[in-house]
Amino acid sequence: MGLLSKKDSKLILDPLADDNPITIQVLGICSALAITAQLKPSIVMAISVVFVLSVGNVVISLMRNIIPSKIRIIVQLIVVATLVIIVDQVLKAFAYSLSKELSVFIGLIITNCIIMGRFEAFALANKPWRSFLDGIGNALGYGVILIIVGFFRELLGSGTLFGFKVLGDSVEKTGLYAFGYENNGFMVLPPMALIVVGIIIWVQRSRNKELIED
Amino acid sequence: MEHIELFFKSIFVDNMVFAYFLGMCSYLAVSKKVSTAVGLGAAVIFVLAITVPLNWLLDQYLLQEGALTWLGPEYADYDLGFLSFIMFIATIATMVQLVEIIVEKFSPSLYNSLGIFLPLIAVNCAILGGSLFMQSREIETLGLALNYGIGSGIGWFLAIVAIAAIREKIRYSNVPPALRGLGITFIITGLMAIGFMSFGGMLTGGEEEATEETVENNVGMVTNTDEETSSLAIETITDTDKN
Repeated sequence: MGLLSKKDSKLILDPLADDNPITIQVLGICSALAITAQLKPSIVMAISVVFVLSVGNVVISLMRNIIPSKIRIIVQLIVVATLVIIVDQVLKAFAYSLSKELSVFIGLIITNCIIMGRFEAFALANKPWRSFLDGIGNALGYGVILIIVGFFRELLGSGTLFGFKVLGDSVEKTGLYAFGYENNGFMVLPPMALIVVGIIIWVQRSRNKELIED
Repeated sequence: MEHIELFFKSIFVDNMVFAYFLGMCSYLAVSKKVSTAVGLGAAVIFVLAITVPLNWLLDQYLLQEGALTWLGPEYADYDLGFLSFIMFIATIATMVQLVEIIVEKFSPSLYNSLGIFLPLIAVNCAILGGSLFMQSREIETLGLALNYGIGSGIGWFLAIVAIAAIREKIRYSNVPPALRGLGITFIITGLMAIGFMSFGGMLTGGEEEATEETVENNVGMVTNTDEETSSLAIETITDTDKN
C-alpha cells in the first residue's frame, strides 16, 4: 500500500468486514437480494454499484460547499439518477439479455440506501480523494455479500457457477449426481436470499462478539 | 374483474417486500414497534397511491416511444424512455415534499403521525420500485395504475406491521446471541416470504398447478432439472415481462 496511507487503506478495508454496509450498517438490502439467484447478475450488480458509488461520492464531495443543505436530497438524487442512467444505457448496449434479467433493479440503485447513506455520512464532509476511497470500500463491501449469496444460491440451487455445470449433469447423473445428490430448487426462490443473508450475519457475529446487538 | 385481480395480485402474490425485497431498508429499520410501523406503512400507501398514477401519466404522455404525438406529428418518433429514472425520482421527491407541506397545513394531527416518515419515504425503494414496475408491466389505464399503487402499498403495510408484531414478541424469546436483532429478523422475513409464496396459486385458481402436476407425473420423479430451476430463477427475476 505505497500509494495509500494507513488511514486511507482503512477506508477501503473496514467496510469489507467489520463495518460492512449490508450486515452491519443495514443499508442497501433493497436491490441486493432479488438479483442474487445466480452469480453473474450479482457480479454485474456489484460492479455497477462500485461505479455509481465511487463516482457519485466524488461528485458530491466536489460540490459539498455549494449545495444548499435544504435541497441536498434532491441534488443527491439527481446525481445518482444520472449515473444510473449511464450504467443502464451501457448495459442495454453491451449486455442486453443481462439488462433484461436485472430489469428494474438497475433503476433501483438510485434508491439504494448505501448510496444516499454514504453521500450523507461521508461525501458531504470529506475531500474528493477520501470520498472516492470510501465509495470504493463500501461498494466492495456490498459486492462481497452479493457475490457470497449469489455463489451459494447458484451452486446449491442449480448446481452451476456462471452457468457451468460444476457438480456434474443432473439429467445424465454424472459427477455428484451419480451419488444421489439433488439440486435444492428452493435456493433459487426469493425467500432463501433472506435466509442466506441471515446466516452470513450469524456467522460474522459469532466470529466477532463485539458486533452482537443488545 | 381486471381490477380485483390486479389488486389482490399486487398485495399478496407480487408483495413488494416478500417477492421483490423492495423497501427493505426502512422495513428493517422502522419495524421495532407496531405503532411506528403502522405510521410508516400508512405513509407508504398514501405516497404510492399518488406517485404511481402521476408517473403513469408522465410515462404515457412524455416518456414512451411516440408519446409526444399530442404535441404534433413531427414529434411522433421521439423516445425519451432513457429519462424515466430521473423523471420518476424527481416526481417522487417533489410529491413527497408537496404532500408534507399540504398535510402540515391542513391536518396537523395527521402530520404528527405521518410527518416524520415522509422525508424517509423519498428514498424508499418501494416507491420508485412501484413506478418502475408499473412502467415495465405496461399497465394500461390510469385507474389500474392507481389500483396497482394502492395494492402494492397495502402489501408493504401488511408486511411491515406483521414483522413489527413478531419483533415485539420475540424480545422475550431466547435467541442465540449472535443472531439477535438483525440476523433473526432476516430469517423470520425469509420464513414469512415462504408463507406468502403459497398465495402464488390464488389467482390461477389452481389451474396452472394442475397442468404442471400432470406433466410431472408423465416425466416421473426427475423434476429438479437444471433447466427448470434456472428458468425458475429467471422467472422470479423477470416476472415483470410476463405481464
